[in-house]
Amino acid sequence: MGDGRGGESAKVAMAEKLVVKNLNAYFHKNRALHDVSLSFEQDRIAAIIGPSGCGKSTLVRCLNRMHEVVPGATATGEVLLDGNNIYADGVDPVQVRRRIGMVFQKPTPFPTMSIEDNVAAGLTLNGVQISHAERHEVIERSLRQAALWEEVKDRLRRPGGSLSGGQQQRLCVARALAVQPEVLLMDEPCSALDPISTARIEELLLELKSAYTIVIVTHNMQQAARCSDMTAFMYTGDLVEYGETKQIFTNPTRRETEDYITGRFG
Amino acid sequence: MAAGVSNLHGETSYRYRKFKSDSMMAITVGATILTLIPLFLVLGYLLTKGVASLNWAFFTHMPAPVGEAGGGMANAIVGTLEVVGIACLIGVPIGVGAGLYLAANRASQFTNWVRFSADVLMGVPSIVVGIFAYAVIVRPFGGFSTLAGSVALAAIMIPLVTRTTEEMVLLVPPELREASLALGVPHWRTTLSVVARTALSGITTGVILAVARVSGETAPLLFTAFGNRFWSTSLFHPINTLTVQVYTYAISPFADWQRQAWAGALVLTGIILALELGVRWVTGGAAKAPR
Repeated sequence: MGDGRGGESAKVAMAEKLVVKNLNAYFHKNRALHDVSLSFEQDRIAAIIGPSGCGKSTLVRCLNRMHEVVPGATATGEVLLDGNNIYADGVDPVQVRRRIGMVFQKPTPFPTMSIEDNVAAGLTLNGVQISHAERHEVIERSLRQAALWEEVKDRLRRPGGSLSGGQQQRLCVARALAVQPEVLLMDEPCSALDPISTARIEELLLELKSAYTIVIVTHNMQQAARCSDMTAFMYTGDLVEYGETKQIFTNPTRRETEDYITGRFG
Repeated sequence: MAAGVSNLHGETSYRYRKFKSDSMMAITVGATILTLIPLFLVLGYLLTKGVASLNWAFFTHMPAPVGEAGGGMANAIVGTLEVVGIACLIGVPIGVGAGLYLAANRASQFTNWVRFSADVLMGVPSIVVGIFAYAVIVRPFGGFSTLAGSVALAAIMIPLVTRTTEEMVLLVPPELREASLALGVPHWRTTLSVVARTALSGITTGVILAVARVSGETAPLLFTAFGNRFWSTSLFHPINTLTVQVYTYAISPFADWQRQAWAGALVLTGIILALELGVRWVTGGAAKAPR
């Protein structure tokens, strides 16, 4: 199902950026993901939908090894980033997270830092030595990418917490982009935002798509339908169906997917 | 009054609720005033008694020999700063470190024990801590010393600083920690630069309170720093402190010494106040940051 047939351009072959193979995730003895296998392609947006507690967040958190940060959480299986298993022995989760960025449900600007320090946080906290000019360049580029530059350029030294919720979330996107990740994971980035801010983030996703592989978890099916190329439907820890968004929403192959999408449950 | 809502049959209940609200307000304001009265009485009394005996010589001169009038507490002022300063050097890193550890490892049996011991230690009378420092430092090293006094004060500070640090770190939203980890920031750096940094104003407040608390301690110093009528800043010799000097002078039969005890008490209070203001000023940026 869903084999690169749509696509806005006739790329020779969609590069598989991130490949998940037989991923199982646990919280202590509780299995939260059952043998999930799927792949995310370069320059496309994949949405993960499903009812609460189905394992959407757990899945994305496994993709940059954030899952194991929670005490008692473990994962087995493989996640290949450009063909290299990020769960292989000797792989440093810190290095993985520098290549796979993440934006969370709630905006989380660092409250002790100014707007510009928040954007540069990924560099400064990692001890990256850059000149003043370079630093400014990174800040401006990241904020522009996150469509926030025009709104904050005159108050870069104000605290990050002084922005509105939607602006804070875009600040978090800018912060994630500043370290130049290859993949961007978004865990329900709009659930705490009003419709206008949500629309801004969605526009942003479409702009960023050409440069990043994006995986977005969402509660909102319209959002998945609006901005994703591929959609995965999850239910009780299983990946039920994964395919082109258009196909998932118009002609799902699985009964559960159809029931969920038509609002019969969830 | 209550125009517009008079027909909504809620007027009596509104009046009643207003009455309840006003009475509760009066009670809490009253309680606040009652709390502040002793504070102002103590400070006021201290000022009236102390200021009269304060003069330049008090800060620059050594205690006068028995029978001679005048003299000051220069050695005690320096001594207090030294003993408390070294106690901070020992106590703050250990306390903050232990607090960070406790906050980062909530669930283990070991941390439960550490937390429990810290709570018990906070309740131990300071004189007992003094006896402890006497037994483990003064006796084995063959004499009273600045270091012994500082260790005793540090032992009082550590549980206070540990527990406040832990509480303040736990107030930091866990999402911030995750956000930092997700940027590829290593665990240790996240703990220090994001979690501890965000909790800094709270931790600082805890440290100030602990410093203020130990600066006023007399009992543990009697067995450790002991007191000294002469100038000494050596770590390994007895040293004078304001509290011990005030204690000695206050119970003396000489009117001049008693006056100096008031002045000493005033200076000690002033030092603590200056310290608090100073630290608040230094960490001003952190203290003003949202939450």
